[in-house]
Amino acid sequence: METVLNVDKLQAYYGESIILKDINLKVQEGHIVCLLGRNGVGKSTFLKSIMGLVRTPSGSILFQNKELINKPTYFRARAGIGYVPQGRDIFPQMTVEENLQLGLEVNNGNGNISPEIYELFPILKEMLTRKGGNLSGGQQQQLAIARALVAHPKLLLLDEPTEGIQPSIIQDIGRVILQLKKEGYTILIVEQYLEFILNIADEYYVMDKGNIVAQGLVSSMDQEDIKSKIAI
Amino acid sequence: MDTYLLQIFNGISVSSIFMLAALGLAITFGLMKIINMAHGEFIMIGAYAAYMVQNFFSQYLPASFFNFYFFAAIPASFLLAGVLGWILERLVIRHLYGRSLDSLLATWGVSLILQQLARSIFGAPNVDVKSPDWLNGAFLVHPGLQLPYKRLFIMLMVIACMVVIYYLMYRSNYGRKIRAVMQNRAMAASLGINTRRIDAYTFAFGSGLAGIAGCALTLLGSIGPTLGTNYIVDTFMVVVLGGVGSLWGTIAGGFLIGTGNTTLEFLTDATLGKVLVFTLVILFLQWRPKGLFTIHSRSLDE
Repeated sequence: METVLNVDKLQAYYGESIILKDINLKVQEGHIVCLLGRNGVGKSTFLKSIMGLVRTPSGSILFQNKELINKPTYFRARAGIGYVPQGRDIFPQMTVEENLQLGLEVNNGNGNISPEIYELFPILKEMLTRKGGNLSGGQQQQLAIARALVAHPKLLLLDEPTEGIQPSIIQDIGRVILQLKKEGYTILIVEQYLEFILNIADEYYVMDKGNIVAQGLVSSMDQEDIKSKIAI
Repeated sequence: MDTYLLQIFNGISVSSIFMLAALGLAITFGLMKIINMAHGEFIMIGAYAAYMVQNFFSQYLPASFFNFYFFAAIPASFLLAGVLGWILERLVIRHLYGRSLDSLLATWGVSLILQQLARSIFGAPNVDVKSPDWLNGAFLVHPGLQLPYKRLFIMLMVIACMVVIYYLMYRSNYGRKIRAVMQNRAMAASLGINTRRIDAYTFAFGSGLAGIAGCALTLLGSIGPTLGTNYIVDTFMVVVLGGVGSLWGTIAGGFLIGTGNTTLEFLTDATLGKVLVFTLVILFLQWRPKGLFTIHSRSLDE
């Protein structure tokens, strides 16, 4: 099985303060990998450093065996990484449709939004002409995932997709992720909500204070131990 | 009564030039948070481009073509100002992203350089651009109220530009990218948009619009190296009054500043009129600091 993402000894900084000290992490093709950890330990920064949105002076990010560490953000997106950030980052002044069309920019705006997107997220089809900023949090989350999926990324990065979202939509999102797994998507999820990832993820990593402190297969996870590592 | 109507008409035509110049500024300021003090000089560059096209037509082409030189002058102004804007972005502006105050000083320096350059090439005295014959004369509404063709032409030109800008910004792929970068730069890059390239093209486009504004100004009077400085303050005022980053705000702001200027100057005198306009704008901004058109949204991270 091919390794889609291979992160080696990655360091990341905000200004002068070090956030990630020495991160090693691998994602195999077709796997769903979950990165767990408390608030503020560097999980979101890790995803940002994969996208090139924070300063990463040393380390290596191999994506499909190509080095990305010195590439600009847009290049990484065009290489096939889809990113759903924590704040969703929907373009508030644009319609739902325009937000989705921007997902095609990795191919210079060519191509179409496949009907499959609306099958995964039926709610979006009803709201195509609404402004992104007028959607509820859950709807924005679904739109952000849909926008990343439009271009069929080879690796999907999800940053806390359940945060601040009502339970019924969390279930919907869980179903979508399982559906994507069936279709062979490779996904790296950052989460704090252990129950959510137990039945969707294959592997887990636990991060604390900028380091990976535990890793393994979800099927053989010691839940009590992991809970104690990510509980406050 | 007719005098008042004519004043309002003149106000609107001056407004339309402000709108054109301010739209370029609003887009670049909204997009890159760069305070471009050299924007006025692109108005000047556009005006001199029209002057050069006029000279070319009168020297090298048969006299019968001269009447149409203005149709060549408009795209020439846009292109020359646009290309110079692109060069400025590549050489100076791109090093100043995220440093608004530094950008203010640096672009002010650029504006002085460009003025001196114009002085060296064209000489310090003002030069005249002769309007084509068909623009002389006026539309007679009734005796006592004549609307000069030049001013009508400027208004039509600005309306045409507005339509093009609207389609470019809201109906094209390119405009969608510009708006995405304006609203959220990091996310736009994460979707594969080359934000640096968008910045450069947009800056060039905004400079080109200022160039067209300069081309229009040649119809109203003589032009000189300091043409831009007369307009830059008003143009910034239009952007701030309208609300940064809002195209509708810029149009409304341009209309208010333009008609406000001419009306108050007419009712008082040139100096007092200016003072009154400034005072009113300052008072208005005390009441609504973000300008006429503010962007409201339901955003989760705010």
